[in-house]
Amino acid sequence: MSALNLFAGPAPSAGAESFTDHTRRLGVRPKGNRALLDTLDRSGLVGRGGASFPVGTKWRSVAGRSRGGAVVIANGAEGEPLSRKDQTLMALRPHLVIDGALLAAEAVGAKRVLLYVGEAHRVAVASMTRALAERPASDVARATLLPAPPSYVAGEESAAVHFVNSGVATPTAVPPRPFERGVDGRPTLVQNVESLAHAALIARYGDAWFQSLGRHGAVGTVLLTVSGAVIRPGVIEVPSGCTVDEVLELAGGVRGTARAVLLGGYFGGWISSSRAGTMALDPKGLRAAGGSLGCGVVSVLDDVADPLEVSARIIQHLANESAAQCGPCFFGLRSLAAATTRLARRQPDDGDLAHLHRWAAMVKGRGACRHPDGAVAFMQSALSLFEPEFAAAAGGRGRMVS
Amino acid sequence: MAQLEMWIDRTKCDGHRLCAELFPEGITLDDWGYPIITPGAIPPRLLPHAQRAVDSCPVLALALRRVARPSAPAPAPTATT
Repeated sequence: MSALNLFAGPAPSAGAESFTDHTRRLGVRPKGNRALLDTLDRSGLVGRGGASFPVGTKWRSVAGRSRGGAVVIANGAEGEPLSRKDQTLMALRPHLVIDGALLAAEAVGAKRVLLYVGEAHRVAVASMTRALAERPASDVARATLLPAPPSYVAGEESAAVHFVNSGVATPTAVPPRPFERGVDGRPTLVQNVESLAHAALIARYGDAWFQSLGRHGAVGTVLLTVSGAVIRPGVIEVPSGCTVDEVLELAGGVRGTARAVLLGGYFGGWISSSRAGTMALDPKGLRAAGGSLGCGVVSVLDDVADPLEVSARIIQHLANESAAQCGPCFFGLRSLAAATTRLARRQPDDGDLAHLHRWAAMVKGRGACRHPDGAVAFMQSALSLFEPEFAAAAGGRGRMVS
Repeated sequence: MAQLEMWIDRTKCDGHRLCAELFPEGITLDDWGYPIITPGAIPPRLLPHAQRAVDSCPVLALALRRVARPSAPAPAPTATT
């Protein structure tokens, strides 16, 4: 059932597809224009960086302001620790990403394209560098590779813009948002590399083709990074709308017994494995349901691991990755991490559990970027799903729980 | 007259707490001393208080802005949009 769309063509073991092979297999890249915006709208493609925002709408918001002077940032920063799909895509199909970025530039009226690739993703950086050198001079003249710093927030879109403008990859207060005023004050499209690669195929084969790839009303395919207690962790491409159970089967099945699934990565949330199994992995559907496929992380927690310990590690990581610009994020996440860690060690202070609930609600919506929101959404999912464990840890000092 | 709301640049705010003293009707403090702003339009009778809070912020983190519905993409929670 594994879908091959972005990863159609040579086997992964063959490494990056060359420009010659790419062009021979897929034909010459069509030109991007306003009609492509309509095609993208009809295709139903949504962004794959985490926000699941409609790609056509996003391009249009930049196109409407560009006057030919916009900037495109292909976002391959991939700072989410559990995600590897963007670096894998850039390592194996760099020309799809570059095609998509150039199409975007033509469609929104941009002269300049920045390929923003996480510097820690060495294989992806090498692949993209080599790929760019293979392109015709007219492409090379427009596109520049820009290594992104290895922090969690570097891929946040205002942080990407800030990095280009000033060399500091921290989010800035919005508005203005990048599509209004971004690189050098110009309207800027910041689009995840997987979204761009999909656009490159939609431009060739059309919206009806893209829609036909999905299942149960969902459209297209999605790249996922499957990790945790599975037999074969890794990056896979599946039709949108297939279920978590189907994905886990593709990953060789669960190792041991699943307790919970972390869907969407550190910014996502825990879902009980019984509920997750039949959930359809459809970015649009999940978003409408108040959930999120995020950047496509599916990580399985088995029933041997201590959910409190795992959750404490994640919230601590998110606290460390705060850009330390906004007080509620910096101090709030630090407080949340410290209390969760004490509970995970079964050495809580009085009121730790109540504080977790209070602080999670208090921090939400109070950063310049959504980093604190993602972190507290994760925290709240942990508090909800692992409620018995948290309660036992909070009240369990020296008390038998049996 | 256009309705006004309090806007804060969180990256500038250092938690000096003056705003909450001068405009308690619209600003309270969180457990770390940073302002929690009551969302929405500020009632006209409270605007002088709000303006004093804005004017007294030592790091110019506060501003009064016209209440506007964002017409363009508001990014959902994400690290890598």
